[in-house]
Amino acid sequence: MLIKCPWCGERDAGEFSYGGDASRPRPAEDAAEADWLAYVYDRDNPRGPHQEFWQHSHGCRQWLRLRRDTLSHEVLASGPAGEPLGDGE
Amino acid sequence: MRYSLASLLRRGLARNVGWTPAWRDAAPRAAYDVIVVGGGGHGLATAYYLARNHDVGKVAVLERGWIGSGNTGRNTTIVRSNYLLDANARFYEHGMKLWEGLSRELNFNVMFSQRGVINLAHSKPQMDGFARRGNAMRLNGIDAELLDREAVREKVPELDFSEAARFPIHGGLLQPRGGTARHDAVVWGYARAADRLGVDIIQDCEVTGFQMQGERVVGVHTSRGDIAAGRVGLAVAGHTGQVAALAGLRLPIESHLLQACVSEPLKPLVDTVVTFGAGHFYLSQSDRGGLVFGGDLDGYNSYAQRGNLGMIEHVVAAGVSMMPCLSRTRLLRHWAGVMDMSMDGSPIIGASPLDGLYLNCGWCYGGFKATPASGWVFAHTLAEGAPHALNQAFTLDRFAEGRCLDEKGAGPVPGAH
Ligand SMILES: Cc1cc2nc3c(=O)[nH]c(=O)nc-3n(C[C@H](O)[C@H](O)[C@H](O)COP(=O)(O)OP(=O)(O)OC[C@H]3O[C@@H](n4cnc5c(N)ncnc54)[C@H](O)[C@@H]3O)c2cc1C
Ligand SMILES: [Zn+2]
Repeated sequence: MLIKCPWCGERDAGEFSYGGDASRPRPAEDAAEADWLAYVYDRDNPRGPHQEFWQHSHGCRQWLRLRRDTLSHEVLASGPAGEPLGDGE
Repeated sequence: MRYSLASLLRRGLARNVGWTPAWRDAAPRAAYDVIVVGGGGHGLATAYYLARNHDVGKVAVLERGWIGSGNTGRNTTIVRSNYLLDANARFYEHGMKLWEGLSRELNFNVMFSQRGVINLAHSKPQMDGFARRGNAMRLNGIDAELLDREAVREKVPELDFSEAARFPIHGGLLQPRGGTARHDAVVWGYARAADRLGVDIIQDCEVTGFQMQGERVVGVHTSRGDIAAGRVGLAVAGHTGQVAALAGLRLPIESHLLQACVSEPLKPLVDTVVTFGAGHFYLSQSDRGGLVFGGDLDGYNSYAQRGNLGMIEHVVAAGVSMMPCLSRTRLLRHWAGVMDMSMDGSPIIGASPLDGLYLNCGWCYGGFKATPASGWVFAHTLAEGAPHALNQAFTLDRFAEGRCLDEKGAGPVPGAH
C-alpha cells in the first residue's frame, strides 16, 4: 500500500501509523448521551471509500486525512488532517 | 450415511465408490421459521443446535459463497478458554466442553487436538499478570498451570533460552486442555449434522436487504429471491457492519484484516501451541508438518482479504526472536481474513435494535474456538427471543449500559482480542 503524504509525496504504508475513522464529528460537550455513545463506539465501517486519519510517524510526523478504499486499499485523496478533503486527483 | 470404522472399511474395499454427498445442496423455499445468514462455523453451528436443542420449525442457513469460505476456513484454529473475566471464562469454557465431545456428537472427526496452549512471560510483572489470570481461570473451574522457565524449556526447548535473548523467558501460563482443531472439518461436520436434522443449507445466496414490517424484520432479499422469516440471525463475521447497514444499523464494530502464514512441512518440532509474550506472535505445527503462525492485525480498516508484506516481516521477526531456528524455514503461503473487531474485544450475541433481527458478531481475533458455544447460545437466543445465561453479558446494550467486557483493559479500541 502506498500513501501520499501532502508534504513528502508517495511513501510505503509502513512509514505511517493509523489514527482511525475521520468521518465522525465530535459532539458538543453537552450533547445528549446517545450522541456521545454513538461517537465513542459506533462506526459506519464502509466497504469502499473511508475517511481516516494517518500519521507519517516515520517521516515528517504530520497528521493527515485520507480517503482510502477499504476493499482495494487505493488511496483516493489525501490532505492535512485539519482541513476537509478535496475530491482527490 | 453414518460414518464408522465399518463404513470406512466397506467403502474402502469397494474402491471408494458409493459415498454419498455429506449434505444436500438445498434450494431456497419461500419462507422459514428461522434464517441464519452466513455459512461459516458459527452460522452452521447455530443451525445445528437450533434443530437439535429447540423446536423452532424450518431452519435455513444462507451463504453468499460456499460454506467455510470466510474466516472459518482461514483461521489458525487455536482453541482455548484462558480468560480472566467471568463472563468470557464461562462462555469459552462451555465451548471447550463442547469441543471435547464434538467429533462424537457430529459423527465427524474434527481432529480436536488438546496439545496445550502456552503463553510465554518475559518479565516478572508479566508472570504476576499470568498468575492472576491463571488463578481467575481456576476459580472458574478451568485448567491452568503456571510454568517456570525450566518447565517451559522442557516443553519447548527450541525457544530462545540463550543468555543474549532480547526477551528472556521467565515462564509461562499453560492451559493443558487447549489446542487446535481442523477448521474445514468443523464446517463440514456441522453442515452434515444440521442437514441430517432437516436444516436447508443454501449456498450462492447473498443477503442483499431486509423485508420490513414497520420496525420488524420479516424476511430477507437475496440474490436468489425473497425469503420470509420468523426470525433472522446474522453470523457474517467481518461483513456484519455491511449487512447490518442494509437494515439501517450502525454497530460498535470495525472490519480489519488479519494475516496468517504456513511454512514448508517440517519434521515434528513443537507439539503444543506457543504464544510470544513480548510481541504478537503465535505458533503451532499442523499434522502435515507446516508451522502455522500469525500475529497482529495489519492495523487499518479493510475488507480486502489480503494484506501487506510489512506485517508479514514484522510477524516473522517476532517469530525468529521467540524461536531462532525459524530463520532457516521457508514460508509456503500467507493469506488474510476480514475480522469483526468489536470496541471492547468481546463478542456481541443477542437482540438487535430491530424486532426479529439478532446479532452474532464481534469475534475479533478469536471466534473459531467459540464456534460450538456461539452456536449453542445463539440458537437459544433465536429460539427463545432472549439470551441464554451464558450470553447475557454479551448483548449489544452493554455499551450503552457501561458494562463493556474489556479483557485487555484498553478502552474503546477495535484492536483487542
Ligand atoms: C488469519 C486468521 C487467523 C485466526 N486465528 C484464529 C484462531 O487461531 N483461533 C480462533 O479462535 N479464531 C481465529 N480467527 C478468528 C476466526 O476465524 C473467526 O472469528 C471465526 O471464524 C468467525 O466465524 P464465523 O462463522 O462467524 O465467520 P465466517 O467463517 O467468516 O462466516 C461468515 C460467512 O458469512 C458469509 N456472508 C457474508 N456476507 C453475507 C451476505 N450478505 N449474505 C450471505 N452470507 C454472507 C461469508 O461468505 C462467510 O462465509 C482467525 C481469523 C483469521 C482471519
Ligand atoms: Zn510526510
